[in-house]
Amino acid sequence: ESFPLSVLVHCFYFRGGAELLFDGVKKHQVTLPCQPEPWDIRNLLKWIKQNLLKERPELFLQGESVRPGILVLINEADWELMGELDYKLQDQDNVLFISTLHGG
Amino acid sequence: MKCGQGTAALVIRVGDPFCRGCFREYFVHKFRAMLGKNRVIFPGEKVLLAVSGGPASSAMVRQVQEGLSREAAKRLRFIPGLIYVEEGAVRRQSPEQREQTLAQMETLLQATGFPYHLIHLEEALELPPSILQPGLEHAGPSGPSYKEAVDSFIQQQRQDGDSGTSVPGHSTPDTAAGAPASPRLPGAAQTQELLRTFEAATTATAREELLEMLRTHLIVQTARDRGYAKVMMGESLTRVAIKLLTNLSLGRGAYLAVDTGFTDQRHGDVMVVRPMRDYTAKEIAFYNRFFSVPTVSVPPLFTKRREKPSIHQLVERFLLGLQEEFPSTISTVYRTGEKLSPEPAKASSESDRCLLCLCGLDTYGEEELALEPTLILEEPAAGAESKAAYIPLLCYSCRLTFKELGPLDTLPPYVRAEGQRRIRRAEMEQNQENQESNES
Ligand SMILES: [Zn+2]
Ligand SMILES: [Zn+2]
Repeated sequence: ESFPLSVLVHCFYFRGGAELLFDGVKKHQVTLPCQPEPWDIRNLLKWIKQNLLKERPELFLQGESVRPGILVLINEADWELMGELDYKLQDQDNVLFISTLHGG
Repeated sequence: MKCGQGTAALVIRVGDPFCRGCFREYFVHKFRAMLGKNRVIFPGEKVLLAVSGGPASSAMVRQVQEGLSREAAKRLRFIPGLIYVEEGAVRRQSPEQREQTLAQMETLLQATGFPYHLIHLEEALELPPSILQPGLEHAGPSGPSYKEAVDSFIQQQRQDGDSGTSVPGHSTPDTAAGAPASPRLPGAAQTQELLRTFEAATTATAREELLEMLRTHLIVQTARDRGYAKVMMGESLTRVAIKLLTNLSLGRGAYLAVDTGFTDQRHGDVMVVRPMRDYTAKEIAFYNRFFSVPTVSVPPLFTKRREKPSIHQLVERFLLGLQEEFPSTISTVYRTGEKLSPEPAKASSESDRCLLCLCGLDTYGEEELALEPTLILEEPAAGAESKAAYIPLLCYSCRLTFKELGPLDTLPPYVRAEGQRRIRRAEMEQNQENQESNES
């Protein structure tokens, strides 16, 4: 369990919020560094907060999870089927965030 | 899982996941069921679909496309047209960005093959005052029943030798806006005037209400001008629940049923229907993703520096946060809304109808309401040209909004013209009454 993982992170915000949050880039091919324990979504969100979010992380995150109203798909399936925050990421996984929020 | 075959793709009800195929069936069926249950859209009727490029209205257009391409027995039988109101001016888009959004939207509209109308929010400045009055209904109580209309339509189709393969809407001659030249933005002066109206509003809440009002009036006016009897708005269940609580907070408790229900008949000749109000935002987002429904993203309505968020935004945050803790929150709010009656919104006469929202006034016998501190306007009353003179023309909620709009000369001309007419009329009636009481 000590290989770096390559994960595709894709954010889709209807009201153009992704530009604000992720510096104008919607699709990120990210390489997660080796770490002793396996990567899960919980860790990925922390990593995104530290490495991808430019400003106002509260628009994307709340506590250790995503903000209410943001949907998460892992490999094109509802994360509720995959254990949500506890899902163990694998190489070449595809993680998609879709915002259903209107306001800021 | 329903079919026991496909791979689970999403959860709508806990412990009952859908595969893509079953989800699609479920989604498409729900639209037909919604229209079938309510029976207000007649066969052969022209229906204007309001599209914003957002997820819910885009999914709505796809449902109509699906419905029109089905086999004859299950096919939708109305004639659709599309309308898009371009709002770049108040979304702080540059002319280049507006052109870009328009081009994206036009590609999306054209791909449907339906006739469509592109409108700019600036055009609200040219709306006629009559949009603030209900139009005469075409089919009153004496008109044909839904069943009669369906039967005669089917008979008509048989006579026409309809093979069941042609799609209505594609063959209609009403394609005035079918293939316009490259879209033109309104002149800079018009954009400035519109912005002046929005910038004069002192709160984000009033600005949201103003935008919603102008957009609705533009859509209904287009429907009226082009002979559409119905307008379909794509508000989702999530949106309806948020609107219920928002409008309650705005003092529109009496009007919740018309503001959020399946049918909204306040405009008389043009009925607004909300066929997406059974779908959650999650269902819509997954449907669009799985079945590649295109959407167009636009920035939010502008806000001023250091301004408090609008009630609309606060309610959205509150409700979605609560939903996270208590997953039945939104459906409970939605179901509560189902029990409300549209009766309180009905107006018997012009003097009983709110100038802005066209609902029956809820301020009768509440003269003391006018003295409430929140309703007193700062400017001195100066005859008919004062803001205070408009207050009796408005319902409780619109009084609050109106107070937060700018001075009279920043109001859209049609609102001012209709307001002035009603104020003069009330004055004349008052004078007559005075004369009569003097004479007797
Ligand atoms: Zn299935
Ligand atoms: Zn009103």
